[in-house]
Amino acid sequence: MNSLPGMGAKCEFLIAVNGETKMVLAHPMERLLDVLRNQLRLTGTKEGCGEGECGSCSVLLDGMLVNSCLVPVAQASGASIVTIEGISVHVLMSPLQEAFLECGGAQCGICTPGMILAAVHLLEKKPEPALADIREGLAGNLCRCTGYMQIFEAVAKAARRRVAK
Amino acid sequence: MRADPAEYRLVSPGNLQAVLSLLAGEPAQWLLIAGGTDVMVLYSAGKLPKRKLINIWNIPELRQIELFPDRIRIGAACTYTALRRDDIVSREFPLLATAASWTGGIANQNRGTLGGNIANASPAADSLPALLVYDAELTLISVRGERRLAYRDFHSGYKQTALAADELIRDISLPRRFSGYVSHARKVGARNAQAISKVCLAALGQIANGTIRDVRLALGSVAPVPLRLNETERAVAGKKIEPSLLEMARKIVVREIRPIDDIRSTARYRAAVAGNLVAEFLEKLAAAGANA
Repeated sequence: MNSLPGMGAKCEFLIAVNGETKMVLAHPMERLLDVLRNQLRLTGTKEGCGEGECGSCSVLLDGMLVNSCLVPVAQASGASIVTIEGISVHVLMSPLQEAFLECGGAQCGICTPGMILAAVHLLEKKPEPALADIREGLAGNLCRCTGYMQIFEAVAKAARRRVAK
Repeated sequence: MRADPAEYRLVSPGNLQAVLSLLAGEPAQWLLIAGGTDVMVLYSAGKLPKRKLINIWNIPELRQIELFPDRIRIGAACTYTALRRDDIVSREFPLLATAASWTGGIANQNRGTLGGNIANASPAADSLPALLVYDAELTLISVRGERRLAYRDFHSGYKQTALAADELIRDISLPRRFSGYVSHARKVGARNAQAISKVCLAALGQIANGTIRDVRLALGSVAPVPLRLNETERAVAGKKIEPSLLEMARKIVVREIRPIDDIRSTARYRAAVAGNLVAEFLEKLAAAGANA
């Protein structure tokens, strides 16, 4: 068991972040959220509650939506992470951005990166979601400004536009 | 006070035997972490008493769902998302699939695991009443070997379990004999997603000629442990479902549970709702019998 790191030791982790492989030196229990924001300077991922309730820190880990505040960086070793910065080149980005703007889906903006990530995760699986699907897909993302209706409307609108194309 | 990651150790042995060796080497010193949806919350708040963690998220043996003619065997580190996506779980164990669908939100379902829900042993856990009514059996494993334990014998008190210091939960088996049952799952809480239940129910039953043949009831958030309602089940078995039976069932439910006042609800409210949910299930069972 000598290969296992001891207390207080930093380790090297290789993580593909937005398509680029990064070598990160970190304590294994450091939160993926902190590594993304502080080491990799990807500050689009926000910290809201820090306990997995609000979804502001949502990222995709090997294609799965996760709360990055609940992922120790060691568990992201060898994985592929997509943050809101990486989503900027996603085919769904423009339709979602436009629809959020048109529907008033963003106000203070703290929840917005997570909302977009959750919406992308949903629309990749269900290109034509019913309102119930949207409500469920975004249920883990809290917004204290909009009251949600504008966000649901924006996601529905983006989905319709994407399908129409 | 936020935790300092330098004060913690997290190792990733990568296979089950190596995990068991670590546990056996220093029993009770290690904490297992799978999807982290419980552990990381305590950690971030600086409330994690153990400083040494073993990563079991990447252990393939714990992530399988295997089908046998008479049972389904679910690896302890299967996520709620994996349970929801599994055809057999959805078809034959709808109470478990439904509970998985209202545990947390999608992000937490992608990480939270069934074994973690069991080991964390919260009496409010959404999936545990379903395991009680489906007669789940656990495989507990250590370097000493493995043993089978009926899930109903796992929780011995509030957050107390039968798991030895060197053991982990390897899998959860459910017998495939409930697909013909009428099932009913209800969660009463502030909202379905991301809210801990005030009361949740998992119920199964069979009815023939208007008479209850077999009934299995379990509630969450009404006692120090997820609770099977043995007394209520005995009282209604073999009876016709009529208003007087519903009234009697409500009274026995209230006698059988041990709810408390807490931040989510009151004991009085929980008792009323628990009785209502059982009555609601019996009415559903009666309706199914009438349509049969």
